[in-house]
Amino acid sequence: MSALTALARLRAMREGTAQRITTVRHCHVSDRPMVFVPVKMAGEAAAPLGAMVGTDPDHPRLLVVPQPRNRDLRFAFAAELAEVLLPYVEGFQKATETVERKGGEPYERCLEAPQLLVPNRPAAEFTGLLGRSTRFRRADGPYPVHPSVPLLGRWLTYFADRSRQPGSSLLLAATEALGAHWATGQSALEDANLAALLGWIDPPAGTTGQRAAEEAEDPLLWPPAGPATDPGFDNEVLAPAVQAYEEAPTDRAVARVAEALRTQLEPTWRLMWRSVELLRALPEGSRVAGRWEADRGSFTRFVERIAEGGPPQARRDGAVGAAARLAGLERARASYDVQRAYDDPLVMAEYRLTGEAFAGVVTAVEPEHFEGEGRSRKLRPLVTVRTDDPVRLAPGAAVGSPERRGHGAEVVEVVEVAGTGADGVSGAGAGGAGGGPVEVVLKVTKGMGRGKTPAPGAVPEPGERVCYTSLTDDFQTSAALPDPEETPWTHGGPPEEYVPGDDDAQEEWE
Amino acid sequence: MSRLDDLRGPVPARAHDARAIAALAANPGCARRSLLDAAGVDKDAAARHVGFPAPFGQSQFAITRGNVFESLVKENGCAELLRLLRELMGLPIEQVGYRDVESVGSHLRASHTRALIDRAARESEDSAVFYDHPLLSLRIAGHTSYLEPDVVAFRLGGRFHIVEIKSFSVIDGQAEPEKVAAAARQAAVYVLALRALLEELGHDPELVSHDVVLVCPENFANRPVASLVDVRRQLAVLRRQLARMTRVDRLLEGLPEGLTFSLEPDADGVPTRSAGELAEALRRVPARYAPDCLAACDLCMFCRDEARGCGSTDLLGRQVRDQLGGVSGMDEALGLAEGVREPGEGQEEISRLLRLADRLHRECVA
Repeated sequence: MSALTALARLRAMREGTAQRITTVRHCHVSDRPMVFVPVKMAGEAAAPLGAMVGTDPDHPRLLVVPQPRNRDLRFAFAAELAEVLLPYVEGFQKATETVERKGGEPYERCLEAPQLLVPNRPAAEFTGLLGRSTRFRRADGPYPVHPSVPLLGRWLTYFADRSRQPGSSLLLAATEALGAHWATGQSALEDANLAALLGWIDPPAGTTGQRAAEEAEDPLLWPPAGPATDPGFDNEVLAPAVQAYEEAPTDRAVARVAEALRTQLEPTWRLMWRSVELLRALPEGSRVAGRWEADRGSFTRFVERIAEGGPPQARRDGAVGAAARLAGLERARASYDVQRAYDDPLVMAEYRLTGEAFAGVVTAVEPEHFEGEGRSRKLRPLVTVRTDDPVRLAPGAAVGSPERRGHGAEVVEVVEVAGTGADGVSGAGAGGAGGGPVEVVLKVTKGMGRGKTPAPGAVPEPGERVCYTSLTDDFQTSAALPDPEETPWTHGGPPEEYVPGDDDAQEEWE
Repeated sequence: MSRLDDLRGPVPARAHDARAIAALAANPGCARRSLLDAAGVDKDAAARHVGFPAPFGQSQFAITRGNVFESLVKENGCAELLRLLRELMGLPIEQVGYRDVESVGSHLRASHTRALIDRAARESEDSAVFYDHPLLSLRIAGHTSYLEPDVVAFRLGGRFHIVEIKSFSVIDGQAEPEKVAAAARQAAVYVLALRALLEELGHDPELVSHDVVLVCPENFANRPVASLVDVRRQLAVLRRQLARMTRVDRLLEGLPEGLTFSLEPDADGVPTRSAGELAEALRRVPARYAPDCLAACDLCMFCRDEARGCGSTDLLGRQVRDQLGGVSGMDEALGLAEGVREPGEGQEEISRLLRLADRLHRECVA
């Protein structure tokens, strides 16, 4: 949380409506996402009660488990969910593009990828648990399930894993996606309620965000977005309906449970599509497409892994696998933060606030400045930028600029501008580290082309407004880790190869 | 303590459990909560009467599941628990005694527990005993609370262990961190209470292990699995918070004469005092609202509404508060940011930061 976001929350509180904290959208929103709103039985880890799922806002599919304690009914639910989800996922596998890469074989990548949208983080976790409880099942053996069930489990596991990757949009939780773009006048804890969050962002005409959020907390008006249900609903509506099914498992009894669940799921279903509209309405950040490309690559690799008959994802990572996953998540986090700042002046402002970035006007340029002698003589244009930001960059710091891709520079010196008291700029709010405006002298080191003079447009012109930051999204090599067979004894030695056994397939799910 | 009785009025005092104490320790600076708890006021009923019912409810599905699981672990004299502990601690426990403390009737449970624990601590023989439904007590801010741990196990490796049975699942060796944390906080209260009891009886309090036994269902089945949870950190936090907790007598000193939160019912069971009167009485004692209260305190909705009424930045959570460097009012913070308010003493730094943030924001959205 930065002071900027804190200020946005205060404004939201005063205005009674949510405030934008980005100028662009930082997640991908698919043209045809699949919305998945699951509900689970209270007190159980992964006992589905039902779900509303589909790609058409007007025609959701309602899946119901009339007796959530019944194992067979749970697997029937999983098979039904597979009927909806697998064709959707498989629909993206056919159309591919060939990607050339430097120093490697070209490879195929799916042109589009599926996108799953769930209401909140617990729903994403629940998706993972559903995957965990189904991916080891088998279509043969003592407890056979429908062949689609283990495949569904692997996909659900994949989506849930991927949703932990910063910058990935294959599975998005609506509250997180919205919360990344708007600040409300309530706490982060309360933002986890989708109806309340949307109340702040998009209050109905004639009411304030705060009023709408308050109304959204009434479970009778706005049932919780799941996966947990409202205890009052459980006790007064669902339990008698399940009891009736228990006594007489007729179609009518099933319909009663289904209708009960529909009342709980439908409001959230509508909120989910409203969230999609709101997110779509934001202009997309320029680096979103690149991250979605990485998602498409990941999706393609997982399709291939399944096609090759690879085993389901292990219950737990081995030492090397866990270290690699952690390193990957850290790199993704760092890169996502930098990319957002480069795409969005409002995100960059957070770094300007802490002195890691500054913006200002170019006051002087020396485009044909050289360094060194003879063969090592290099073109190093000098640029002077005057800024009111509190610059905390030391001489020698490498900086990049959101305005110019591939452009790189180095801080030469930071000079306080003398005699600024007169023009009224100084005082609270304005100024460098010492309080007043400063001039930053930079020498351009990258992105000028190969000529004796800089390529046109490569060096900022006097009077131009520019922003520079020490954040860089340079390619980082992955951490050097041993092969799993070489796991040192300090980390338990080489792990046994994981082969899903009968025990996994027969695991109880009660 | 008659002043506390006056505060509660002529209704029975409400005892609070380990969960309440753990929550109390989470917000030790809240005088309103401290006082209501000390007086044994039914906060849930009070919140409902003033029109701000707490948003807590429990699903019967969850209750059933919890009960089924607990009885599974405890049936046949805790046979399943014995098996789990043998595996967990690698102890050659051959036989185990089982004492159901509840057999003596509720009014004697505390003294019976006390006698049993005293005898167990004296005896040197190495036979294990499970004490089911024990009743411990803990004095908090000059007020006694009674606590009911699930099971106390003695002697495993020569020490007492608190056993906590929870029905959330451990899947592939992992459980939801918040639930484990809540269970650990709760168990720490029991450890503290049992240690206090041993000390009072003249035994070594360290006889109570800081490793509590957490019993949960494994994966998606009902089969229990036990793990040891080290609660030393929670114990340290709890001790510090309880010591810091404003002494109730000091809170009582500042109260206006005749103040009461009485919920005395009339013949129809409706409180005789009006909701307005009760709300007024509650407002006389300062609260310290934080969004975390929404998960722990019955009065949370009332206090949140009050915080909204005065535009307190407490509403936005601690992260925001930290960014605002102690500026507690929305108008004040925005006034500083927008430059319409002069910073007070000690506010120069935060004011400069807020003004800069405001300038950057205006620049970006322009």
